[in-house]
Amino acid sequence: MTTKEALYNYSLRMGDNALILGHRLSEWCSKAPIIEEDLALTNVALDMIGRAQAFLKYSAILKNEGQTEDDLAYCRSEKEYHNHLITEQPNGDFAHTIARQLYISIFEYHFFSHLEQSADVEFAAIAAKAVKEVKYHREHAIDWTIRLGDGTAESHKRMQAAINDLWMWTGELFEMDEVDTILLKDGISVDLAPIRDLWKKELDKVLLEAMLVFPEAEYMQSGSRKGIHTENMGHILSEMQYLQRAYPDAKW
Amino acid sequence: MVTLNQQTEQVYNWISDIPDPEIPVITIKDLGMLRNVKFENGNYVVTITPTYTACPAMKMIEDQIIEVLGTHNIHNVKVDLTYTPAWTSDWLSTEAKVKLKKYGIAPPSHSSCTKLFSAEERTVCPRCNSNHTSLISRFGSTACKALYKCDDCKEVFDLFKCH
Repeated sequence: MTTKEALYNYSLRMGDNALILGHRLSEWCSKAPIIEEDLALTNVALDMIGRAQAFLKYSAILKNEGQTEDDLAYCRSEKEYHNHLITEQPNGDFAHTIARQLYISIFEYHFFSHLEQSADVEFAAIAAKAVKEVKYHREHAIDWTIRLGDGTAESHKRMQAAINDLWMWTGELFEMDEVDTILLKDGISVDLAPIRDLWKKELDKVLLEAMLVFPEAEYMQSGSRKGIHTENMGHILSEMQYLQRAYPDAKW
Repeated sequence: MVTLNQQTEQVYNWISDIPDPEIPVITIKDLGMLRNVKFENGNYVVTITPTYTACPAMKMIEDQIIEVLGTHNIHNVKVDLTYTPAWTSDWLSTEAKVKLKKYGIAPPSHSSCTKLFSAEERTVCPRCNSNHTSLISRFGSTACKALYKCDDCKEVFDLFKCH
């Protein structure tokens, strides 16, 4: 794999993570428990779509085959997406959405704080924007985790169940393959081992404050690096790509 | 900001009055979104930067730049979007902050807020100037705003987030 191919893959992954999580979060629009949360979750979704656009645009430039960010978002098949499996997990109840946000936003905060120093100027630029936005996502998720975990018996039970249910998708956040290692040599990608330590440390602190138990299960599910998804992905794409597939190149 | 020559300065001045589509009391120049105008390969290249990555106003601002310059018979325009340096609310001019407050949006105090929404950083109510305010939601009606309420006059208001 050449450095350029690795760059493309790395950019695509980050774009896909943001695109699929953004799509999932946007499903809350008009359905959140209170109007402030409707605004909050859709604001986070909007940040994600913006970030997806930035990374997919850069991916298209790197590929240099005349594609646009829209082509990459709407015209690929399931196996060509490389988003972390956790991003495609269903919203579930509000606790599940918050648990997913907690795991991802703490990870992204540390990840983008490091990517800001990337030798690739485009990655560094997008990361600098992303980290400012992720700060808000993280505060939001931490607040709710504590409020629900240390809330009523029912909210505590649901929050703990959500933390446990989503745990097996978190191992993948720290997986590294050829793409990561090629770019690491040039100071472009982020070494995920120290990020994992930062993530665990912060998560431990939050769960303790929220009166929740840190999950102990060891099994971790992965597949996204190879384009292997859960059954949820097909359903997401059938909805997300519907317009583009039914009316190719539609404009309005 | 790069030094502009006379020609590009004129173009810069023409477009600097374009209002932000979401908060029409302030302009794209006030907000610090208008970064540069240069003349390159026969085109006027206008560089703008989004406040937030997904700022949905960008397309409209781009269209307005083209439209405004069109009225001055300038049609060789290219609008470039840049992410570096990342926009910060520090770029809001003092004048813009006054305008925001008058409009009912609490302006950001400073962006060097490393600790978000810390207790010591009190947001002042834009209506009654009380500093007895509390956060309702970190996310407001647009990406750049948070929702607050005043504990004295009881009004709900937007805070332009420090970013």
